[in-house]
Amino acid sequence: MITISGVSHSFGGVHALDGIDLEVDEHEFVAVIGRSGCGKSTLLRLVAGLLTPSGGRVLVAGSPVTRPRRDVSVMFQRPALLPWRSVLANVLLPVEILGLGDHRDRARELLELTGLGGFEERLPHELSGGMQQRVSLCRSLIQSPRVMLMDEPFSALDAITRTELSEELQRVQLAQPRAVLFVTHSIDEAVLLADRIVVLSPRPGRIHRVVEVDLPRPRALGQVELDEVGRELRGLLVTA
Amino acid sequence: MRAVLPVLGLLAIIGAWWLATIVFAIQPLLVPSPADVVASFLELPGYLLEQTMVTLWEAVSGFALSVVIGVPLALLIVGSSVLERMFYPLLVALNAVPKVAIAPIVVVWFGFGIESKVLMVVLVCIFPIVISTASGMRSTPQELVELFRSLDATRTHEFFKLRLWHALPQIFVGLKVSITLAVIGAVIGEFVGADAGLGYVITVSGGSADTALAFAAMALLAIISVALFYLLTWAERKLVPWSEEHRVL
Repeated sequence: MITISGVSHSFGGVHALDGIDLEVDEHEFVAVIGRSGCGKSTLLRLVAGLLTPSGGRVLVAGSPVTRPRRDVSVMFQRPALLPWRSVLANVLLPVEILGLGDHRDRARELLELTGLGGFEERLPHELSGGMQQRVSLCRSLIQSPRVMLMDEPFSALDAITRTELSEELQRVQLAQPRAVLFVTHSIDEAVLLADRIVVLSPRPGRIHRVVEVDLPRPRALGQVELDEVGRELRGLLVTA
Repeated sequence: MRAVLPVLGLLAIIGAWWLATIVFAIQPLLVPSPADVVASFLELPGYLLEQTMVTLWEAVSGFALSVVIGVPLALLIVGSSVLERMFYPLLVALNAVPKVAIAPIVVVWFGFGIESKVLMVVLVCIFPIVISTASGMRSTPQELVELFRSLDATRTHEFFKLRLWHALPQIFVGLKVSITLAVIGAVIGEFVGADAGLGYVITVSGGSADTALAFAAMALLAIISVALFYLLTWAERKLVPWSEEHRVL
């Protein structure tokens, strides 16, 4: 679904990414992990069509990405909700902008699924940070994207909320698998969620190693097998 | 309960004023006592209320016109750097000219009627509205702009579904500054040439040395300014409930 071949990117004299090759299958969850400044967010923006690579090609569903696509949704580090819109209207924003018709029932369904039933008419500032990020998750699901790009979506949340949301995302992905590119610096999140984990080495960002996580789902944090993979990753991040 | 303190403050000031006129035996011609002012109002209540309505109407219609012109103007300025560079300096220059200096010309052009007053109001009101709208539209958080980009939103969408909404709290700051200026603009216009309005009443009372009447007219001006200001504050609370926590004025 996503094909990244020989992608390099530099801006302002900084060589952010160098020779990245990566394939993400239709139903595959790929986590990209690395220290800050390794270019993982840049990689995600390239796939999103928010940036154009200096070299190499990015394809989604077989066609080159030249601008943001409607079958690709992006979820950011911060909820990025419109403060004047109700929860429901926020979830419906992509549908409105893409001109996709009435999705209200689907929006309610998604909100129900993420434990936000009954909060449809609230304004974002009435919600906790975790609930806001759940709304943001619903918003990135509303247009039924084929590809989901997530840029450290839980990193601004407290540890407990982060765990809850990771498990929720796992449920969502199990219910309807998509191609997901998930950027994170949390080893726990990567191990819990990903089918494959790409470890990037910094300056310039290169693929250091790819780790397959061949564990049954649903997984739970604290599972012994997860810790083993986590240890391996920790070692890789040190040498990256 | 919330009204108690402001009322108390007002009563204290009026009391001090009254006391001062008695203690220092100030001539009513220089500073009339509150009682003189009220008496002066009660002599001609119908007439004064009529003049109040004239000034109020001038201020409100000029203000409304400023919003109708100012907000789209700000949209154009934010939307096009060419337009911005062409007209923004002119706008600043226009605002820098003392309005009192323009008033006689405006009256020569538009006559003694309401038109010249409304134009004066627009001249003083429009700048804060354009500035607050433009800066509000420019200060949209990067993360929201990026969200719209990621949805491949058109510029129209970005303007009307994002930037304008986001600017609303700041637009209201500009509106609240403008609404008090609106009354001032109307009075300047009336000073220069008019046959009605509270500014006209003040000019006339100066001629006949009726200080109490001038004070009554000023009190009425203050009352309409404050009323308009709080009307806007109320509208803001209704229309922009999400900005309650970072209200500026």
